[in-house]
Amino acid sequence: MSGLLIDDISMRFDLPNGGHVQALKNVTLDIKSGELMSVLGPSGCGKTTLLNIVAGFLAPTQGRVMLGDHEVKGPDAERGMVFQQGALFEWMNVRDNVRFGPDMKGVSRSQSREKVEHLLEVVGLQDFKEKAIYELSGGMQQRVALARCLANDPDVILMDEPLGALDALTREKMQSLVLDLWKETGKTIILITHSVEEALLLGERLLVMAPRPGRVHKEYRLPFADLGVGNDLREVKKHPDYNSTREEILEMIWNMEEEIMGRAEEQA
Amino acid sequence: MTGFLVLALYVGAFFGSYFVLSRLLQGAFARKGFNKLKTVTFGDESAVVANRIASVLSVVTVFWLWVAFTNSVIPLPKLPGPYQGQMEFTYTATLPDGSTDDATVTMLVYPEDIQQTVDAEGNPGRAPEAVEVEPGEGFAKNDSDTVARYGFKVLNVWKNDDVSKKDGSVVTHINGAPVSPGDYVEVPEGTIGITDKGTPTFAPAVGLRMARLYLPAPEVVLERFVRLNKEGYQNFTLWEHTRYSLQRVLLGFLFGALIGIPIGYAMGLTNWSRGWFDPIVEFMRPVPPLALIPLMIIWFGIGELSKVILLFLAALWIMIIAARAGVSGVAITKVHAAYSLGASKWQILTKVIVPNSLPEIFTGARVAMGVCWGTVVAAELVAAEVGLGKMIVVASKFQLTDIVIVGIILIGVIGFMIDVGMRKLENWLVPWKGRV
Ligand SMILES: Nc1ncnc2c1ncn2[C@@H]1O[C@H](COP(=O)(O)OP(=O)(O)OP(=O)(O)O)[C@@H](O)[C@H]1O
Ligand SMILES: [Mg+2]
Repeated sequence: MSGLLIDDISMRFDLPNGGHVQALKNVTLDIKSGELMSVLGPSGCGKTTLLNIVAGFLAPTQGRVMLGDHEVKGPDAERGMVFQQGALFEWMNVRDNVRFGPDMKGVSRSQSREKVEHLLEVVGLQDFKEKAIYELSGGMQQRVALARCLANDPDVILMDEPLGALDALTREKMQSLVLDLWKETGKTIILITHSVEEALLLGERLLVMAPRPGRVHKEYRLPFADLGVGNDLREVKKHPDYNSTREEILEMIWNMEEEIMGRAEEQA
Repeated sequence: MTGFLVLALYVGAFFGSYFVLSRLLQGAFARKGFNKLKTVTFGDESAVVANRIASVLSVVTVFWLWVAFTNSVIPLPKLPGPYQGQMEFTYTATLPDGSTDDATVTMLVYPEDIQQTVDAEGNPGRAPEAVEVEPGEGFAKNDSDTVARYGFKVLNVWKNDDVSKKDGSVVTHINGAPVSPGDYVEVPEGTIGITDKGTPTFAPAVGLRMARLYLPAPEVVLERFVRLNKEGYQNFTLWEHTRYSLQRVLLGFLFGALIGIPIGYAMGLTNWSRGWFDPIVEFMRPVPPLALIPLMIIWFGIGELSKVILLFLAALWIMIIAARAGVSGVAITKVHAAYSLGASKWQILTKVIVPNSLPEIFTGARVAMGVCWGTVVAAELVAAEVGLGKMIVVASKFQLTDIVIVGIILIGVIGFMIDVGMRKLENWLVPWKGRV
């Protein structure tokens, strides 16, 4: 396994009206192999853009992304994605979705079967493997998305608000699942979220980004993710540092949002 | 006039049956299942379910209107019919010297379609002979003649009289009432007129029903359908007419889809193809296929080729646009997900874009089939040797309205069956449609 180096990345979108948006400016991050980094930040601060660059869907206007010893040039099976919703293939059943990656690589089904069945079991969908995607609830669909990503055995997993569309209870269950999967597989994970709690509970490292231009604002090293594995996440929330960190980050983002709003009002 | 009557009856049936049945069958009109619990239904489209009683009645009403306006044998309420039977009127002839004489005219009114009917032994009907009448007294003699329903007859009442019209005999009264040239006398059985030259005429009352020539009764159409099945028409059996039309549609549609879908995909996937095909597609899209018929006939003659090419063109643009819309309908997250799972471009096309565009393709295919089916009939109307459209147009030239109606019903039923079949296929192949 190899670490991920985001090396002085800037991203500037030219707008049709002649203007431009500086979505990212001089972002540098060194993510070690097996690290789970959660990313927080106000809306529009460039989180998705950063993830798209790491995934290889966008080329940055400056800088580069290195995975191990090679540069990221485009999408590849070594970097798996989990989207918020709507990325599953409705024309396939649950099992075919999960084994999509191995199928694409030409791995024979007899070879991939064991792994696929195991993953279906891990995410608790062994009884639903023949079901169509539209027959599943939102939480089940995200579990399929996780399993599908893992079936490909990527080095890095990129998640853009993977639990954002779920209700609070389902979300908590899924957070435990993500945590357990991370410990079990030891994958490098970048997780974008809007929930400060989620970022705290899941991230070993927590990155707060600031907007205009999108940049790294502050970084935390957190103990909660390790505590959370195999534990009730609610217990973790009783940790003495948990609430203070949460308040601090909430205030930070709150102030950024205020600033954006203020600036918007000035412009208007 | 008749048109307004049809409209009035139809609207009356719509509202009348609703008010009567909704009172009588309150249970059947209540909302069912979950919709029963909805208090807001007006404006909630999902709470609207087709009332099947209304659907049945709608078909029954159209059938009944059909019967009501024809001389059908079906025992349903009908509009007043044309006069048929035997009637008499008298005329009074006056000579130049002032002497007068009365005579009776006996008119036998027979069905206008008697020659198209057959009796119990299967012999075709024949127009009846005029009834025998006594000549009577005086110089004017009693006459007898026949006229078909909806017909008109000029009556040379003098032909058996002692004094001819040339010698000064003038018809001065009808049924005792004085008349002069150009006058009309209405009787319950019809209209007796005097021409400008003084000759009596008789036109039996027509009522409100239509003659067979204009609207044949349902049983006549059914009979014709049975006969067409047995005997065919214009050297081809009914099945052959249908099969040729269907075959043209299927061939044209198949080529249209086979070529149109890849072009549509290409337009959705590469700049060059989009630029290349955009002008043609945008130009050809608004041209109705019917406008191409003359060109097709000039270029390819009236044989199969011109029709298949016409239908190919009719289907082509629709399928191109459907496939292009299918590609643009693919959520970018799905494409990204597939690339991140290691899919190649070819795999993106075959495993993501093609299945994801199937709903759009099917919608396009249904539209294309409908357009093709309409176009083939129109093309056959213009020029063809065989086909349902050809059958209709030839029949209309011979005023065989019943064949025309058989053809129209067949076209409608087949078009409907094609659409039902496509929908079944769609539900089977694209079960996720509308559920994501
Ligand atoms: N393709 C694009 N063209 C122009 N501007 C873009 C494009 N994509 C993103 N942007 C701009 O870049 C900035 C960052 O966008 P991005 O989607 O990365 O934000 P985000 O942090 O993911 O926001 P959210 O939390 O709402 O998802 C925004 O101001 C957005 O308007
Ligand atoms: Mg985003």
